[in-house]
This record gives sequence, C-alpha cells and structure tokens, in this order.
Amino acid sequence: MNRKLKDKIFRFIIYISVCVVVFVFLFITIYVVYKGFSSINLDFFIRLPKPVGEKGGGMVNAIVGSFMIVCLAALFSVPLSILTGIYLSEYKNEKFANVVRSALEILSGVPSIIIGIFVYGLVVVPMKRFSLLAGSIALSIIMLPLIAKTTEEMLNMIPLSIKEAGLALGLKKWKVVFYILLNTAKPGVLTGILLSLARVFGETAPLLFTSFGNRFWHRSILEPAAALPLQIFVYAIAPYDDWNRQAWAGAFVLIVLVCILIFLSRRLILKYK
Amino acid sequence: MESIKIKIENFSAWYGEHQVLKNISFDIYKNKVTAIIGPSGCGKSTLIRCINRLHEVVPQTKINGKIYIDEKNIYDPDVDPMEIRKKVGMVFQQPNPFPTMTIFDNVAIGLKLNGLRDKKQIYEIVIQALNEAGLYEEVKNKLDAYATRLSGGQQQRLCIARALALRPEIILFDEPCSALDPISTAKIEDTIVKLKENHTVIIVTHNLQQAARVADYTAFLFLGELIEYGPTNSLFTAPKMKKTEEYIRGVFG
Repeated sequence: MNRKLKDKIFRFIIYISVCVVVFVFLFITIYVVYKGFSSINLDFFIRLPKPVGEKGGGMVNAIVGSFMIVCLAALFSVPLSILTGIYLSEYKNEKFANVVRSALEILSGVPSIIIGIFVYGLVVVPMKRFSLLAGSIALSIIMLPLIAKTTEEMLNMIPLSIKEAGLALGLKKWKVVFYILLNTAKPGVLTGILLSLARVFGETAPLLFTSFGNRFWHRSILEPAAALPLQIFVYAIAPYDDWNRQAWAGAFVLIVLVCILIFLSRRLILKYK
Repeated sequence: MESIKIKIENFSAWYGEHQVLKNISFDIYKNKVTAIIGPSGCGKSTLIRCINRLHEVVPQTKINGKIYIDEKNIYDPDVDPMEIRKKVGMVFQQPNPFPTMTIFDNVAIGLKLNGLRDKKQIYEIVIQALNEAGLYEEVKNKLDAYATRLSGGQQQRLCIARALALRPEIILFDEPCSALDPISTAKIEDTIVKLKENHTVIIVTHNLQQAARVADYTAFLFLGELIEYGPTNSLFTAPKMKKTEEYIRGVFG
C-alpha cells in the first residue's frame, strides 16, 4: 500500500469519527428544538402548573426555582472552591495538599445521586423537610471539585515572574495572591465557574430527594421547590400528552440556557486573548 | 565626591547546598549606573535579587553577610522586606506586565495595593511614571487597553513605569534587554541613563557593549566571586585582573 493511500484511509477514518460526533450533537439539539419549540408559549414562562387533568399552565415556578437553587449553590461553592484552589496551587508541596487533591478527585467521581442521598441524610432528615436550600447544598457539592480544580490549574499556569513582580512591588504575599495572581487567572476561573453552572443546571438526581419538586411557588428557601430538570422528569414519564409536550418545552429551555452559558464562557476566553 | 548608597559586605548566598555568591564586598554609588557582568551562572542575578530581598522567596535559599542601604543593614531582623522592596524597584529579564490588567492599572496597582486611595494623585503618579519610562507618548490614547497589546519593548518600559510608580530610590534591572530587539534596547538604555538623575541604578547584563554604554561603574563576577570592580572605563580599557581581561576579550564566557 502506498503512502498516499494510507494517508487517505487515515483521513477518511478521522472524518467519519468527527461526523458521528457532530451528528449526535445535531440530532439531540434539532430533536429537542423541534419537539420543544412547537410546545413553547408565553404561558410556559409565566404560569404555574395546572391541576392534573386540566390542560395548559406553565413552569414558571420551576424556572425560577432552578435559577435560585443554582445561584445559591454558586454562592456556597464559589468562595470555598476558589480558596481551595489557591491553597492547592500556593502550597502544592504540602502533604495535606495531596490529600485534598485526592479528595476532590474522588468527589468529582461520586455519582450525583449519592451526593443527593448524603444531603438528604445531612440536611433534609434533621430539618424534617425537603427544601430549596438542601437542593442548593447538593449542587454546590457537585460544583466544588470542578471550580477548585480549574482554579488550581489556572493559577499553576501563571509564570513565576508575575508573582515575583508583585512581590517586588513590596506587596504582602496574600495581596499578591488575591489581587494579582487571581486577577491573572480570572478569565480561566470564570470560565470554569460558568461551565460548572452549565453542568449543575441540568442535574436531576441530587434534587430528587433534596429540593423534591413543588407544583406551587416555594415561599421560602426552606420549602420544597420546583426545578426544571425535576419537572421535566415528572412530566416526561406522565401519561398525559399535554405534560409530555411541556417536558419537551422544558428540555428546550434547559438546552438554550446551557448553550448561553457555554457561549459566554467562550466570549470570556476570547476577550483576554 | 561620590556618596555610597549601597554597601555590600562579606555577602554569600546559597540555593540549597549550592553556594552562588562567595563573600562579596563592594560599594555602589548614589546616582550612578552600576553594571554587573559575568558569564551565565556566575551569580549576577542572585546578587541583585538579594538587594531587594527577593532571593529569599525561593524555598531553600539562605544568605550570610550584610547589605547596607543608607547605612542600614537590610538583613537586620527588625527590617520588613516589604519596605525594602518598595524602596528598591526591580525590572525583570522577561517583560512581565500583569496580563489581565490595563496599561494604566499595571502602573497604578502597586500604589493602590500599597494603600494610596486618592484617585487624582494616583493618576498623576502613573502619568509621570509612564513619562519617565519613555512610554507615555506611545500609549496616552490607550491607557485602558490591555498590557498584552503592547510590543515586547513597550511591555518592558511599562514594567519600568510600574517600578517607578512607587518612587524607589534604587532600581534593579535584571538583563532587561535580553528578550528585545536593538531599537527597543536603545530606548531602554536611554531611559536607564536618564534615571540615574534621581535614582541609583544597578543593571545585570551579559552584553558588554551595553555595560560600556550605560554604566559608570562595572563589577565583574565569576563563579560567585567578585573578580574586579571599578569605573567602567578603566575596567574595560585597563583591567587589573587576568580573568577580567580574558572575559572582555572573549576568551571565555
């Protein structure tokens, strides 16, 4: 077999693989858009679910619920995980840093349903209630290793001379770390946060027995709350056509949200290029 | 009559077990440019990194001896290294502006983080520092552009401005032109010569012509030892030591 033919065959195999990947992506997106877009209407965004048997209604409580759960989760996990990332990067040679690194790796591998059960035992059972708060704690645990790892990697990529430049300005080490190194790592860290948000927006399993779901408004973060993925789950397996239709609409909204987050993160990377 | 700004006395430094500076003593004069020359690995950079106490931020390093600035030993236990670093500015080998900050912020950040709040005052100092570094005319219309937009030479002058903003008495240059083209190099050399009016300047270089062009005094270091030190003219034209003469003639190095 000659050299050129081998090259052609190799290229062919590569192109086929790429096509399969792109096809899967396009198929999912187009199918969800096709199914969801036709079911979406203004009511979907502004109305509560109707009682069983009645047609119409919407998912406004689930949309708001999802946003609240995810924002609260970010509020818990962003400061914690950034500080952890700083620790891992600044004290990389400490023995304890290795322990933390392994712990984070395991945590990022733990199936999300197990994190749900853990929070159920730790928060829901003692408080004797499902709650939005419990849901955000579960999601924040999922975000933690993602953001901590990105922060560590981004800080590690900064050349030593940037840090020395900060020290040479007579700044204390903590000021160099927080105002100069973290600032330098900012595009990467923010990207990591956005991607982790995109990830947890669609998480369903850990919410099943934490925020639980709710067909009405939650009146406080200490009450069970609806979330988009939960609502999609319930509506998709229900025996009513109208509910199935709304599940597709929910899926559509979820995919658009994830796309927006990913788009934002790419913009951010380009801005500092 | 020249007055002494820095007095280095029996000074030695180590990286782990490796001794990079061996019992060095000499005086650096106020408002002069002093060049430190010598082959790679002779300890030139380490020596100036000891003058702003940056050597010690690398793990497993140690020093022995004294360095006096204005007759105060900067290695006395009551001396705060942060205060020394404000007094002794540094420009590094590779241009290292803070990449996610604007041109203005790169110069202002040292002032802000050292506690200066007055916006107007910060602005004035930044402009003055950019002027002194010979960069202002080129960047005056894009002070809020990211520093990474500048060319290598401009970035290095930005780093000079960043150091100048803190009004240091001494400025250390660690091979500031080794990553730059000849035109950028010439601009930085001009700046260095102008700076000695108000500052004491020390420049590490392995470019002998550069030392001859900018320096009033030159110190020749070899394998961690100070071989010869004196006015640049006499060191280059009539070196007293055989090693110095060989190095200048290009026999080794």
